[in-house]
Amino acid sequence: MKIKVYVPSDTTARSLGADKVAAEIQLQAARKGVEVTVIRTCTRGLYWLEPLIEVDTDKGRIAYGPVEQSQVQSLFDADFLSGGDHPLGLGMTEQIPQLANQQRRMFSRLGVTDPISLEDYRAHGGVAGMQKALELTSQQIVDEVKASGLRGRGGAGFPTGIKWQTVLDCDDDEKYIVCNADEGDSGTFADRLVMEGDPFALIEGMAIAGLAVGAEQGYIYLRCEYPLAEKILNKAIAIAYREKLLGDDLLGSGKRFHLEVRLAAGAYICGEETSLLESLEGKRGLVRAKPPLPAIEGLFGQPTVVNNVLSLTAVVDILANGGEAYQALGMERSRGTMPFQLAGNIKCGGLVEVPFGVTLRELLYDYGGGSASGRPIKAVQVGGPLGAYLGDSQFDTPMDYEAFAAIGAVLGHGGIVVFDDTVNMAEQARFAMEFCAEESCGKCTPCRIGSTRGVEVIDKVIAGTEREKNLTLLADLCDTMEVASLCALGGMTPFPVRSAVQKFPEDFVAEVK
Amino acid sequence: MTEQKSSLQTIISLSDVQDIVDESKNRPGALLPILHAVQKRYGFIPNSSVPVIAQGLNLSRAEVHGVISFYHFFRTERGGEHTLYVCRAEACQSMGSRELERHVKERLGVDYHGTSADGRVTLEPVYCLGNCACSPNVRFDDDVYARMDNQKLDELLAAHGVKVGEVTP
Repeated sequence: MKIKVYVPSDTTARSLGADKVAAEIQLQAARKGVEVTVIRTCTRGLYWLEPLIEVDTDKGRIAYGPVEQSQVQSLFDADFLSGGDHPLGLGMTEQIPQLANQQRRMFSRLGVTDPISLEDYRAHGGVAGMQKALELTSQQIVDEVKASGLRGRGGAGFPTGIKWQTVLDCDDDEKYIVCNADEGDSGTFADRLVMEGDPFALIEGMAIAGLAVGAEQGYIYLRCEYPLAEKILNKAIAIAYREKLLGDDLLGSGKRFHLEVRLAAGAYICGEETSLLESLEGKRGLVRAKPPLPAIEGLFGQPTVVNNVLSLTAVVDILANGGEAYQALGMERSRGTMPFQLAGNIKCGGLVEVPFGVTLRELLYDYGGGSASGRPIKAVQVGGPLGAYLGDSQFDTPMDYEAFAAIGAVLGHGGIVVFDDTVNMAEQARFAMEFCAEESCGKCTPCRIGSTRGVEVIDKVIAGTEREKNLTLLADLCDTMEVASLCALGGMTPFPVRSAVQKFPEDFVAEVK
Repeated sequence: MTEQKSSLQTIISLSDVQDIVDESKNRPGALLPILHAVQKRYGFIPNSSVPVIAQGLNLSRAEVHGVISFYHFFRTERGGEHTLYVCRAEACQSMGSRELERHVKERLGVDYHGTSADGRVTLEPVYCLGNCACSPNVRFDDDVYARMDNQKLDELLAAHGVKVGEVTP
């Protein structure tokens, strides 16, 4: 019997040389005359161990990593195909502590299955959610999602069931499901992992959303920085059409749902839902004033569900296993699990899916193992470029929407970017303004002009020009941007700026080198 | 992806652009897919294609131009044979991307949006490649390279035949 070896082929693993490792395994196996099937999976999300390869043994999968091409021969010499001892050996994959301590629900198949094998997807629980949804009425599907307590995982945290109810209650003939896959926050990569590692889950989630609200057309608005995700999604969609997971006759039910990937063009603002809709319509991504809500007047003026990749993926699990089971996890009004993404200067970075309520400190040290540089962690930015910078005194805050709001921070999309003590926070505050200036859609003045002036004022502070006066001016500018901007870009850029000034004042008195 | 780059057409044919427009113009919100298709074929969106696109979609030329200029990804001038994207976002900053940016600019002798003198590579900033736990990252055409440093970057450029300038210490 051929021995199965799993080598990830997602962007991360490939960026660290996984393709060369896979080729070398084939080569060495051929040379030694052993029969090996190399199955290309996705990363498990344990980035510091990538490329992490696994071997199927009678005990289960055994992991080795991080493997370099030059080490493959020694793995064969150590008989890794039967789980032999080797310095890179990590034991049973499922028992690697950082993985074993997670509760993967959205990501239960990540790295386990071949991403574009529908058989594999079904064998690991896929399609059950859609089957369930086809037995229910639209209202029953929406009720199930409501019962789960799911809040949008894209950042704003709006209850998904309520959004769906609003669209369901509209009696228009044309409705749309739009997946916001324009994940542009630094430190976030969970959407990409779904699309590269478990694309059928997103497809199924969108079809379920369509059944729930009576929409027959869906669009995935995908950022163009993710070319591999585009390829994988399109392959998976083609298979889904063939196997009636999409199309005019979903699993033989006579119900319809069509899905298409639309490529974005590199504008951060299009991650904001109304800008995204403008962009999908073929226009510049200018934000729309709300109301009307997209749920009532969205894409092409029709009722539209706009959900993030993770929210739509969560729905698959909720339908398959029931809203109650999902609701049982988490804390307060933050229910279920959240895929946190540990990034930046962190020793064991990657994906950590656990229920809400875990503390930032646990993520940073228990899962992340502290900084990559070995130096003290000075600042952590949670929730992307618009999220506040947090210092050590705030690390015990539980990861929960309300607890974060209470300290003037946001969870956002769950991205956590770590900086050690070499960071200069005045530079980071300046960057926040610079980023806003670069990415502002230009429609409202506080964001468009405020961010440019923000850079200038911070430059003066850094240069020591009338420092006190300019810090006061900066505080005023932040207030104006926060209250008067049309959307979160201008409205939240003050978060990282203010937090940097307040938490790390020492960096604003010394000149930046 | 290198195959894609080498298959770029260098002569602009307006009838080809017309074909692209005809193929997509009945899709809802067709402009972005059309612009992507044009850029995929030529590596940029030639000015001469704008009237063809505008007419096909019943838009003004200004509207089409307004969309092209809004998005970072669209180019109105021919770039180098390859594109090197350097990530400028926070996670990469925390692992030394500011130093990497300085180094790349010196090596290629250009600033962002510029093309190296030998025409081989255009340098572009990017805000997040979604590989933030292995920072800093760059993307060379369609491939991402993690945990970059100055030396690895020089090797990457050399491997693609990019002549790099001397950096004065």
